Amino acid sequence: MLNFNPSNIVSKTKTISRRMFLLSSLKVVILFGIFGRLASLQINNSIKYKTLADKNRFRETKISPLRGVIEDYFGTEIASNETIYQLHIIPENVSNINELFFKLKNLINLTDKKIFSLKKSITKKKSWDIIIISDNLTWSEFSRLNLFLHELQGALPVVSIARVYKDNSSAHAIGYVSEISPTDLRTKKYLNNLNIEGVAIGKTGLESLLDEQMLGSPGYFRYEVNAYGKKIKQVAFDKGLKGKTFRTTLDHNIQKFTGKLIENISAAVCVMDIYNGDVISMVSSPTFNPNLFVHGLSRIEWQELLDNKDKPMMNKSISGLYPPGSTIKPLTALSALENNIVNSKLLVECKGYIDFYGEKYHCWKKKGHGVIGMRRAIKHSCDIYFYEVARRLGIDKLALTAKKFGLGQKVLPNFQEEKSGVVPNVKWKLKQIGKNWYIGETLHSGIGQGYFLATPLQLCLMTAQLANGGFKIKPRIVIDDNNEANSLQKFLDYRKANPNDTSSIDEQIVNFKIEPLFKNQENVNFIKEAMFASSNEPGGTSYGSRHMDKQFMFAGKTGSSQIKKFTEEQREAEIKQENIAYMDRDHALFIAYAPVQDPKYAISVLVEHGGSGSSVAAPIAKQVIKKVIERHEIRTTHTNHSGQNV
Amino acid sequence: MLYKRSIFYSHFSIKEKLNNLDYTLLFSILLLGIISIFAQFSSSGGVFDYYSTSHAIRFFIFFIFFLVISFTQIRIWNDYSLLIYLILLLLLFLVKFYGVESQGSRRWISLFVINLQPSELMKIGTILFFSNYYHRLSLSDVNKLKHLLLPLLALIAPVILVLAQPDLGTAILILFSGLVIIWLAGVKWKIFAYLSIIAITLAPIGISFLKPYQKNRILTFLNPDSDPLGAGYQIIQSKIAIGSGGLFGKGFLNGSQAYLNFLPEKHTDFIFTLFSEEFGFLGSVFMIFLYFLITYRMIRIGNLTRSVFGKLYCYGFATAFFIYVAVNMSMVLGLLPIVGAPLPILSYGGSSMLAMMFGLGIVMSCNVHRNDMVS
Repeated sequence: MLNFNPSNIVSKTKTISRRMFLLSSLKVVILFGIFGRLASLQINNSIKYKTLADKNRFRETKISPLRGVIEDYFGTEIASNETIYQLHIIPENVSNINELFFKLKNLINLTDKKIFSLKKSITKKKSWDIIIISDNLTWSEFSRLNLFLHELQGALPVVSIARVYKDNSSAHAIGYVSEISPTDLRTKKYLNNLNIEGVAIGKTGLESLLDEQMLGSPGYFRYEVNAYGKKIKQVAFDKGLKGKTFRTTLDHNIQKFTGKLIENISAAVCVMDIYNGDVISMVSSPTFNPNLFVHGLSRIEWQELLDNKDKPMMNKSISGLYPPGSTIKPLTALSALENNIVNSKLLVECKGYIDFYGEKYHCWKKKGHGVIGMRRAIKHSCDIYFYEVARRLGIDKLALTAKKFGLGQKVLPNFQEEKSGVVPNVKWKLKQIGKNWYIGETLHSGIGQGYFLATPLQLCLMTAQLANGGFKIKPRIVIDDNNEANSLQKFLDYRKANPNDTSSIDEQIVNFKIEPLFKNQENVNFIKEAMFASSNEPGGTSYGSRHMDKQFMFAGKTGSSQIKKFTEEQREAEIKQENIAYMDRDHALFIAYAPVQDPKYAISVLVEHGGSGSSVAAPIAKQVIKKVIERHEIRTTHTNHSGQNV
Repeated sequence: MLYKRSIFYSHFSIKEKLNNLDYTLLFSILLLGIISIFAQFSSSGGVFDYYSTSHAIRFFIFFIFFLVISFTQIRIWNDYSLLIYLILLLLLFLVKFYGVESQGSRRWISLFVINLQPSELMKIGTILFFSNYYHRLSLSDVNKLKHLLLPLLALIAPVILVLAQPDLGTAILILFSGLVIIWLAGVKWKIFAYLSIIAITLAPIGISFLKPYQKNRILTFLNPDSDPLGAGYQIIQSKIAIGSGGLFGKGFLNGSQAYLNFLPEKHTDFIFTLFSEEFGFLGSVFMIFLYFLITYRMIRIGNLTRSVFGKLYCYGFATAFFIYVAVNMSMVLGLLPIVGAPLPILSYGGSSMLAMMFGLGIVMSCNVHRNDMVS
């Protein structure tokens, strides 16, 4: 045999050994390759793969957190949480979905349309996700479900918690909650881990403003699941964190009272504490039922709300923009006095109209007021007098004063619905309209017409800052626990306690870090006195609505903001507001502070297309003022009780 | 030379044979076997169920079988290698027609008590056949056309039969086992170059014969993330399991990927993944070291053994053994497509275990009878 030749064997062995050596080297290389790969996976990328393994292994079911409550000043819940009854299903537990729906249809209110949309959402979601079949069952539906539960495999009757609003009067201020929309998810970053079935978020008002803090943080059940999604065991449970509860400055009692008062007209009422800027009441009418939004309202209901000509969805107190009309006259006068353009002794003759630069300007009183001074001009709301004052003052100075007192800018911080209004001046017109300012427009602005636009809350703030002696206040509606003590109140308390303090007022102002809006407080006092006359002296525009009782006595100023200019013929015929089309009628306005002796509150009332301020708006103010002052005692004692400097 | 033709007879006494055993190799195999029992136990979710129990029983039976083979005369295996090869080839034919079908492929033949997978045994059969073939052939004849064509034919026949089952993984491993010995025997580089060129030109035709799922696997390997829930799932989950094991591992019976069934085929092809998840980088490196040690000891036996048959067999089997390990590990580490190749000894599977222990036994026999002549 060939292989017994020794030399042959030797050379063969040599070849084999040489080639084996090559192979072995190759093996070492491959081994290092595997070794390297192992190191890369288990050392370099181990954290990444650990995360991925946990992602495989854990599944979390989020639990929606309890939403914070909104309380009024006295701790009454305006927006609270209530127990509701729901029906959930988890599709993976249901053996026959069609059969289940068929059975459910006989037990609870479930339309075919709803079933169709539910089936669609089931196909979109994971089989272990909770599907809410009905989010607000009546008690009888719920008990029926529980009775037949043994036949409803996969159905899960759930006792849950949802938002409830006790009253519609605060619907605009508080706002409402509703389910999360795709737009919300895009725009609101804080919703990132809150996209849980059944969570409702604030859409308007305070619900929207305080949404992030009121939502709380979600809890979860964490399960270990196997590769087929079957739950093996519960690993962790966290019940989440309840959202923050907020106390507001609103008085629910007054809110209800005012809401009732104006429920049948299109109107807005704002009441403010003149020293600390607390918004006591902010009501807009007509209102809506915010509870409807919590469980979803139909397209038809929504369309009805949108189509209503009185705009129930709009918060007129902060989003409604109206020419301030005659309610700006106190400011026009104050501006002229402060700028030393005129003094209060200035006399102007009112013949019912006046010609300026070839154009005829009318007073509301056709016969005219005769020769008239500033006090009487405010009392009687003489237009001619203020045309003259405005003409001398000029628009830019008037605008400065108006802005100082709060017009033309938002009153409440961050309120999404609030509008800032317009305080026109020469620059503004050039920028916004691109035209030069005409002197005639100054005259119109002097009586609050023309480009001027203000919200009722701005007018209320303006009144409050006049009433408190001309000091700046920062209005607020949400009580923040760490608010520092109100310095204006302290200042006034100090003055009362130490009437003989020799230091000048200026020094005291610096000490108390308060911001006066005047140069000479006498001017503010003069305006307040003229407003007193307007409400409490015969012939004053709101004399008819006055309170005789000193306790409730108020000082105010009426206003009507013109929607449509009267034609000469209408003027001649002395057409009454009641006789023209509703949508063309003037808006009625009234501003006031009370009590006259020791002012505490400011109010503004707007009635859309109400006609005249004195006959429509002032009577509403009269009633609200009484209610507010009656509750003053309770309010102050409550402050003391809670121990907060608010 | 005259000697009795008894399979255990040699000029060594039993005591000398015991002395001649490579104990490093023997204990490495035993250790690996014990580790494999723990791994299978963990793979069954921490219980001795059908899989883990039968694996343990098989290992001990086949370990005794391995010891028995070690004491057999090495020349016996030289003498019977052609016969073994032919019987296995016949069995492969029979599988084609009478095989037991499972999960779309026909790989097993029913032998009353057990289902045998001839393709696994063919891995050894090929090595035996080629070792014997080149043992008889003189170096000068190796590169002659006749002696090139015959081995090629002897290699292609089982490969095609296994491919037809279909079982791409085993077919590739058989092919490589044969090629290694052809190469070691001294076939010229040029021939391999020519063969490679032919293989590459024929590749498109070969690919057209692949089953859709096999093509899919190769495509998936190139980009596993293209279909994370479908074909790429196995690779992704295996990488997650290994990677999440980290340096020290999650601990015995604590591999979440395996325990919660995210890991596919955890008893067989992906047993290393399970081990690696539970024992981490350090455990895996130890495992690699153990396999390397076994391979090294076998090459060493090849160096010591005097017969050409013994040398070729030891080198061939050591290399094949290494290839099985490397292919399986590369596969679960995402370095190679998933082709279905078990990890020697560790993976569940009777035929694979039988083949490995048989193969190792012959190597051990070479060590015991290293100075024996092989005719």
